Amino acid sequence: MQSGIFHSTYQADMALRRTHAEKIRMVLFLLFMAAFPFVADRYYLTLANQVGIATIGAIGLNILTGYTGQISLGQGGFMAVGAYTAGLLTARLGMPWYVSTLAACLATAAIGALFGIPSLRLKGLYLAIATLAAQEIILWVVTHWKTLTGGVDALVVPNPTLFGLQINTDFRFYWVIWLLAGVSALTTVNLFRTHYGRAFIAIRDQDIAAEVMGINLFRYKLLAFAISSFWVGMAGALTAHYRNIVTWERFTVDISVLYLAMVIIGGLGSVSGSFFGAAFMTLLPAFLTNLGRALKSTFPFVDTIIPFVQQAVFGLVIILFLIFEPEGLRKIWKDIKDYFRLWPFSY
Amino acid sequence: MDLFVQLTLTGLTNGAILALAALGFVLIYKSSDIINFAQGEFLLIGAYVTYAMIAQFGLPWSFGVLLTMGVAIVLGVVVERLVLRPMIGEPIISVIMVTIGLSSLLKAIVSTIWGNQPRSFPPFIPSRPIHILGATVGADRLWAIVVAIVMLVLFNLFFRRSKVGIAMRAVADDQQAALSMGISVKNIFAWAWSIAAMSAAVGGMLLANIVGAGPEIGGFGLRVFPVVILGGLDSIPGAMIGGVVIGLLEAYTGGYIGQGLNQVLPFVVLIIILMVRPYGLFGQEIIERV
Repeated sequence: MQSGIFHSTYQADMALRRTHAEKIRMVLFLLFMAAFPFVADRYYLTLANQVGIATIGAIGLNILTGYTGQISLGQGGFMAVGAYTAGLLTARLGMPWYVSTLAACLATAAIGALFGIPSLRLKGLYLAIATLAAQEIILWVVTHWKTLTGGVDALVVPNPTLFGLQINTDFRFYWVIWLLAGVSALTTVNLFRTHYGRAFIAIRDQDIAAEVMGINLFRYKLLAFAISSFWVGMAGALTAHYRNIVTWERFTVDISVLYLAMVIIGGLGSVSGSFFGAAFMTLLPAFLTNLGRALKSTFPFVDTIIPFVQQAVFGLVIILFLIFEPEGLRKIWKDIKDYFRLWPFSY
Repeated sequence: MDLFVQLTLTGLTNGAILALAALGFVLIYKSSDIINFAQGEFLLIGAYVTYAMIAQFGLPWSFGVLLTMGVAIVLGVVVERLVLRPMIGEPIISVIMVTIGLSSLLKAIVSTIWGNQPRSFPPFIPSRPIHILGATVGADRLWAIVVAIVMLVLFNLFFRRSKVGIAMRAVADDQQAALSMGISVKNIFAWAWSIAAMSAAVGGMLLANIVGAGPEIGGFGLRVFPVVILGGLDSIPGAMIGGVVIGLLEAYTGGYIGQGLNQVLPFVVLIIILMVRPYGLFGQEIIERV
């Protein structure tokens, strides 16, 4: 019978996985992820790959918005920087995909830090508006710098290869994407056990108090923008390699909103929450599409309104979560665990 | 010279409509510290409801316009009651996000009812061309300027003279003090949202009369941000002047330079203003204490 989780050593308190149950769940999760591509068909593999890319992007945004408290509506623009850098380096200069992906991460980190400069003077609402402006400016440059990006035309990116192996199927991409997603999750969890991460959290909780305690706000805010944009750039670069095509429509302000919804619905300031949110927001529209297809034979009018229903459900889900469970899916998961831990004497 | 006059007139009309949209925005921010990302969708709903009243139900336009305003007021109250009131005291990111969700929901409702095809609007304001200083401009555009000015003057009077207007200013200044003076803050929020929805509906009507009712009207929601940041988020004269400045800026860059620069320049201006003077030209500077 447990009444809660208590630790008697600092090591136990600092551990990434604290209890037996957590370790077992982690192993089961990893086994599931490893077995999944062998049993799933192509449709589900595509979805899994989309979830993986979204997870990387959501982790990036969560570092900035969830952990550091800097609201960003520039996600789509930053992903565009990553996607176009990777796409151009591979398509025009013939660089291998891993080099161009790394270059895209670094380029996005630099651009992210540049647009993070206003964050020194702005916070909350005003920062949200400033990052929205960043989104519009980046997308405008992408669509109007024709000699570099090809403007509004799509940019075709060749398939990546690794050790002489063409990565051209969903099955092969699955390993690349989820390996990188695992790396991003692990480094982010560990980032918040270092003094950098703790400084970010201090800035979120009370920025002026953090500065009084000796945290250089400018430096750490820019660092948060850079680290966050690094992962966002990776998500963008992977989109470019995975889809073989880069178009500006994929990086509009709607994408910024989508990712913000992911981190809020998943749980702000949590790596597992980023994963939950990414999975939920990617699978929900797919589920609605399937539902619409299933209903089409009985109700023919359903077919025409599916896109609108998706949009309405998207808005409704955001509103309902914020009203009824502002801490997101992560809190729901925690409540479920607590319920069974205390069962049958939960109150 | 002709081009200059032409561009100035276009800029002024766009600026007038932007100012109307910005007005609702400022009103909500002033009384409740909420930023409304769904302002563009309020314009959209105003445009389509007017379209439905006049073109689909065949009502005379005066009646249709009044009914549309009624619908907008109801919409504002419903939105405030169901969506925004549970958000009181929540962190700012939740409030931003809930209005973004609202904008998505409203957009979906509009497209479910009227589809995504632009509808030609039965013009109830005459649009015959008028010649001024060698430039030609539709009469509907001039009317848009007139209506915007009348609305702004009315709002200013409302805030200075009427009891509700003064109560609203009191709530904006200090909610607790207003409560202790017997002002119902909840009612004031409902007032703010219904007035904001109504002024946006008027903007939507004017816009629909000029360009037709189409989903791109919702895009005005994003163009409002440079306006309110320039004028100051909590200043009504700021919304007017910001609207005119941004409208003219868009028209001049579009006419003289082109290249779609008019879409992005307002946002560059926005970032510059935020860096130099975050509270805008006429906004109130807030000193923060821990």
